[in-house]
Amino acid sequence: MKYITINNRKVPFEDEKNLLSVIRKAGIDLPTFCYHSELSTYGACRMCVVEDDRGRVFASCSETPRDGMVIYTNTPKLQHHRKLILELLLASHCRDCTTCRENGVCTLQKLARQLGVDDVRFQNTKEQLPKDTSSNCIVIDPNKCILCGDCVRTCEEIQGVGVLNFAHRGSNMRVTPAFGKPMSETDCVGCGQCRVVCPTGAITIKSNVHAVWDLVYDKTKRVVVQIAPAVRVAIGDKFGIP
Amino acid sequence: MQRIDSREMLNELRHQSKQVVENSRCRILICAGTGCLAGGSGEIYDKMCELIAACPDVEVHFGPEIAHGDGPMEVKKSGCHGFCEMGPLMRIEPMGILYTKVSVDDCEEIFESTIKKGELISRLLYKQNGVEYQKQEEIPFYKKQTRLVLENCGHIDAEHIDDALAHDGYQALAKALHEMTPEEVVEQIYESNLRGRGGGGFQTGYKWKQVARQPEKIRYVVCNGDEGDPGAFMDRSIMEGDPHKMIEGMAIAAYAVGAQEGYIYVRAEYPLAINRLKKAIADAMECGLLGDNIMGTDFSFKLHINRGAGAFVCGEGSALTASIEGNRGMPRVKPPRTVEQGLFDKPTVLNNVETYANVPMIVLKGAEWFKGIGPENSPGTKAFALTGSVKNTGLIEVPMGTTLREVIFDIGGGIKNDGEFKAVQIGGPSGGCLMTPHLDINLDFDSLKKMGAMIGSGGLVVMDTNTCMVEVARFFMNFTQNESCGKCVPCREGTKRMLEILERIVAGKGELADLDLLEELAETITETALCGLGKSAALPVMSTLKLFRDEYIEHVVDKKCKSHTCTAMRNYIINPDLCKGCSKCARNCPVSAITGQIKEPFTIDQAKCIKCGACQGNCAFGAIYVE
Ligand SMILES: Cc1cc2nc3c(=O)[nH]c(=O)nc-3n(C[C@H](O)[C@H](O)[C@H](O)COP(=O)(O)O)c2cc1C
Ligand code: SF4
Ligand code: SF4
Ligand code: FES
Repeated sequence: MKYITINNRKVPFEDEKNLLSVIRKAGIDLPTFCYHSELSTYGACRMCVVEDDRGRVFASCSETPRDGMVIYTNTPKLQHHRKLILELLLASHCRDCTTCRENGVCTLQKLARQLGVDDVRFQNTKEQLPKDTSSNCIVIDPNKCILCGDCVRTCEEIQGVGVLNFAHRGSNMRVTPAFGKPMSETDCVGCGQCRVVCPTGAITIKSNVHAVWDLVYDKTKRVVVQIAPAVRVAIGDKFGIP
Repeated sequence: MQRIDSREMLNELRHQSKQVVENSRCRILICAGTGCLAGGSGEIYDKMCELIAACPDVEVHFGPEIAHGDGPMEVKKSGCHGFCEMGPLMRIEPMGILYTKVSVDDCEEIFESTIKKGELISRLLYKQNGVEYQKQEEIPFYKKQTRLVLENCGHIDAEHIDDALAHDGYQALAKALHEMTPEEVVEQIYESNLRGRGGGGFQTGYKWKQVARQPEKIRYVVCNGDEGDPGAFMDRSIMEGDPHKMIEGMAIAAYAVGAQEGYIYVRAEYPLAINRLKKAIADAMECGLLGDNIMGTDFSFKLHINRGAGAFVCGEGSALTASIEGNRGMPRVKPPRTVEQGLFDKPTVLNNVETYANVPMIVLKGAEWFKGIGPENSPGTKAFALTGSVKNTGLIEVPMGTTLREVIFDIGGGIKNDGEFKAVQIGGPSGGCLMTPHLDINLDFDSLKKMGAMIGSGGLVVMDTNTCMVEVARFFMNFTQNESCGKCVPCREGTKRMLEILERIVAGKGELADLDLLEELAETITETALCGLGKSAALPVMSTLKLFRDEYIEHVVDKKCKSHTCTAMRNYIINPDLCKGCSKCARNCPVSAITGQIKEPFTIDQAKCIKCGACQGNCAFGAIYVE
């Protein structure tokens, strides 16, 4: 049997793809934004960092587990790194939480609270971009995107549609359909899987609730309801069903 | 060109090409590197060709002690000589004269006096401290160097393969193919302890061994010619000046690791390098030194050029291979490593231009010879781009382990305008600074790493006491911030914040707490970033913060910049004793910040002043100074 010593505890492992899986198997809750076991490993959020017995810090999602490794997941150094990374994310993130559709279920919000980020020392100096509301179902708000790339990989690797990708670089990087086209002009099938993986409110499902109410009360209309896949996904999402 | 289908034929061609060189009555090599071309060396070349075409049989007289052949005169375009400061350069063989700062108008005189009569033109010769140097080799800038990789740069015609062949081009490949097994070649490179010149200093032979060991049989060799460091041009000079040396190195690598195809990744901002490489590859293909069944053996190797759009991050291995594949140039997580799954997911040898250019020498002269140069752990030479406030700027090559003092004061000739040395920035945006106490440090991978600096790709920026170190840090942070790919949070967001803080400090709006915040950010970015760009992005800031903390404090507490570099903190003052009250400054001030009575001393309203300096430039009496 192969073992890794995690936080002074010996944890057996077999053929786990990466160290993060071993850590999670041991019941340790390591926060992540960009890791999903069914997607390729992207390694961008750096929340999953761990420290080894020589003080080396590395991302556990992209480390091969090796027999005899000694690692720690919650040292003061790591806590500090994670907290600062979250602070940096929040600093460039639209913080209108109260009116955000994801308020209360947002992973970014949840982790910020969990890790005790109660002060952001930087101004949001990022260029504010318009929302893309062109599609009938998917709404993209770039100002809430943390660029974890989960939607990009889901659309490409799982759905095989490949509508979303990155454009520009550095702090100007953003997620967008090719050539900056609006969502309505892409091959998006409206499956809503990008919403399921998005850890923030950057991708939401368009709400037609008010329009429906209006029609329901329109005496001249006979109302027939048909539900799009994205709607089912949105409901499933709320109950944690993918 | 004939097809070379055996080693004998290569030797025969070498012999023929050598004869042409040796028989030539006189060879005129005009530097056609990017720097000299910009200085007009293209026209000089045309003019010399014209002059010689007009009287091809001209008699040359160089004096009795200089032997020369009686074949045709040759005018050649060479690659960069390295002495860019003095360009356009012209070398005249067989005398070995180097003319500096040549212009088209000098050509006729050169032809009439130097070539026809052997008379030297004093104004075109290099002078230092009152001494005039006739021969290129005697100029201190060259004399103190050991030019092995750059041996041919400036001495051969970079656009014709014959010249490369005459200078032993492809001899090492012939030796490898005919006398050595691939394993022996790998072993020899491993033995030589050649370390990658692209910055990391990783052992080349070890990398080759790992690729050779992979079960997958389709393999690639890739050359990293991205050279993204601002101010670095070593790789460009090799690609422009001696492209065949690097191509030969790649072919040897391919033979050693069993690769069938290779890619050279060059930034599109290097059009000349790309053209020379294209020509060199086409020539080598045509005469059978690349392509199928090289020199009659069953080794085949094809080489492609890939132009990059000039992103610094594309110099990182996995971003580079992604870019060649046509994807976004963004580093990926490792494992798998490039040696296991690199280009097109196949085992890949990725080396730097200079690393490949070292390979032929090692194969020809042996690992022991190579280990005899420089220190044991970093053998060989290293090319550096010497720039900044030093008298002789340019491209130099010295044995590893040479001290900074030798480089700056012997080769570089000391500080420009007899200024005072302050620091040297080494390794570009991922490197650090060194000061006077470090002048006797040996330039090699390990010694520098210990000092918190790094050889990087070899940029050396010398700074005198007029340099503001905070501004230097801001400059490099601005570069890295712009060049970050944006993938991982610490680098994307962290460098942005560090830059904002540094911008605040140089604008005179910094606070003491900002220094702690800088350090805090630097630590997290360095420890958690995904790739080398982020991991080293904070180095210029950390090293200046460590060595020049007082300067930072002066900026944030006293709101002063000693060197007057940071405009926002300059105070323009009129010295009442020198001011004649002419009102010229007041008339030139764009914001009317200067007032006074004619013939009385004028004054500047600091609150209104936008620090443009127009007044100072306009005062005929030198009455305005900066505080
Ligand atoms: C951000 C970044 C930029 C780099 N730029 C270059 C470059 O311009 N040229 C280069 O040869 N290596 C560059 N490297 C190093 C390469 O990743 C790689 O280590 C090198 O090409 C390997 O060749 P070597 O072993 O011969 O040095 C860069 C690395 C990083 C992280
Ligand atoms: S939209 Fe959501 S899932 Fe996509 S990159 Fe942004 S934060 Fe990640
Ligand atoms: S460290 Fe910077 S350049 Fe490297 S992956 Fe992260 S964002 Fe991209
Ligand atoms: S989960 Fe490892 S970097 Fe995001």
